Amino acid sequence: MMLTLRNLSITFNEGTPDEKKALQNIHLQLERGEFVTVIGSNGAGKSTLMNVISGSLFPDVGDVFINDKQVVHLPEYKRAAFIGRVFQDPMAGTAPSMTIEENLAIAYSRNKKRRLRPGVTKARRMFFKDHLRTLNLGLENRLTAKVGFLSGGERQALSLLMATFTEPNILLLDEHTAALDPSRAELITKLTEKVVGEFGLTTLMVTHNMQQALDLGTRLIMMDAGKIIFDVSGEEKERLTIEDLLDEFQRVRGLQLESDRSILS
Amino acid sequence: MLIAMFGAVELGVIYAIMALGVYITFRVLDFPDLTVDGSFVTGAAVTTVSIMNGVPPFVATIFGALAGFLAGCITGILHTKGKINPLLSGILMMIALYSINLRIMGQPTLSLLNESTVFTQLRSFWDKTGIDSFLNGLWTSFGLEKAPGTWSILLVMLAFTLVIKWVTDYYLKTEVGLALRATGDNQRMIKSFSANTDTLIIIGVGISNGFVALSGGLIAQHGGFADVGMGIGLIIIGLASVIIGEALFGTKTIRKTTFAVIGGAIIYRIVVTLALRVDFLDTGDMKLITALLVIAALVSPKIVQTRKEKKRRLQKRAELAQQKSEGGQ
Repeated sequence: MMLTLRNLSITFNEGTPDEKKALQNIHLQLERGEFVTVIGSNGAGKSTLMNVISGSLFPDVGDVFINDKQVVHLPEYKRAAFIGRVFQDPMAGTAPSMTIEENLAIAYSRNKKRRLRPGVTKARRMFFKDHLRTLNLGLENRLTAKVGFLSGGERQALSLLMATFTEPNILLLDEHTAALDPSRAELITKLTEKVVGEFGLTTLMVTHNMQQALDLGTRLIMMDAGKIIFDVSGEEKERLTIEDLLDEFQRVRGLQLESDRSILS
Repeated sequence: MLIAMFGAVELGVIYAIMALGVYITFRVLDFPDLTVDGSFVTGAAVTTVSIMNGVPPFVATIFGALAGFLAGCITGILHTKGKINPLLSGILMMIALYSINLRIMGQPTLSLLNESTVFTQLRSFWDKTGIDSFLNGLWTSFGLEKAPGTWSILLVMLAFTLVIKWVTDYYLKTEVGLALRATGDNQRMIKSFSANTDTLIIIGVGISNGFVALSGGLIAQHGGFADVGMGIGLIIIGLASVIIGEALFGTKTIRKTTFAVIGGAIIYRIVVTLALRVDFLDTGDMKLITALLVIAALVSPKIVQTRKEKKRRLQKRAELAQQKSEGGQ
């Protein structure tokens, strides 16, 4: 198993009126190469789940195994050697005042010890160029441009490349197309499919877009109130429609649909 | 007048090392570090006391720099591990260092007048080479009266400062250096690329204060004394050098920016020397002059920018109006 979550629970503001059980006894196993899309309404615990896997939040109880290795006690920067991550905010994944090649050099050293040797060398520059070319954005000709001058879509494409080209064990995508205009979102979605397929990455992708959740990936999970309430994969997922998802959501929640339909669609 | 300028440039080159330290915290790490006021004196104190106890001046200078590095690391630890606001951690360290510096020195002022320093040693070596008489010959052949005492300090310190600049440039381009810069740029990002930002901040602030203390040790040897108050307001001088340099020489690449910072430190000294020649100003006004200088350097680029924008817009309007009237004919 590439990723195993066992008995994960986390409660915010425990014992106060604001108490929130963000994750309740979560069990999840991902096999190598599985591409899972995660949907759920606001506050369902999707982002908390991502943060617990990446290590920016520690669970109250439970275990996180990556490649069968217990990592629940490791801080974020140590886990980051095996986890690639793309955030919703295109500004979050890159260093704006540094050049494209410097950003790539930082990403390149993620799973190596950083030393006092030049970060950008001739050989690496060629390597970066080859990877940038696959984005089809012409960034390979702008290696020494500062990333702050790129558009949101270009920055997000670069973030995606930086998160994946070192072939991490796990890729976390946190609504990474939500802040982009439709055509850019489409581009990033296509790139995502391409890189995940190319490197065979074990991927967890949070999205608010149900169509995207159905189109992408090999497995789909739905979360609500800190629990996984629906989990389909394979052919069953292929046959799934948005209506099915809404029905499922209604059935599990037992609530009237109208308010949630507006949030989910 | 020219001799005064010569002295200003000489001091500027030594203070430039301090300015490079301030550049590392303020610009690279985005950490407004006020430890500088204390660590500069720590460098001076440790160097002076070491020399007085018979340590070779060169080694004593390195001791001073190491003491500054340590002080900076503690500021970094206060901020990262103690979760204290960066400004406050710097101020706390600065205040603590005041007492520590007094302890190191044992009295508020120490004199190095009869001790051998890196500069006296340099001088005795330099005088054998005859470079001074050659350069002074050039100086007088230009028809300038009164040649400077020695060129050794200016030239050797300039070379030394450029070496420090080169090392800084190189470091900031290494794998570790890139991570350090990203820490100042986007902490969330660099954490997701498996860099320990705490360690990077601690080391970065340490190196910065190492430079500052190195500069302090050299200034003490240059002036022939260490004084517990010699660091007061120094952070503003460092900031003035960085801001003036950046405004005048640009910040396109790291290499250019560090050049700009050195240039800024020298220009700051020249401006202060010029200001002090004005009749009604005396040495006590220096801090006020510095403050005004920094304010001017911060505000004026923005005013110039707004003016330019306004002019550009007015021009566009005029062009459009002209086109319209021409089209109407």
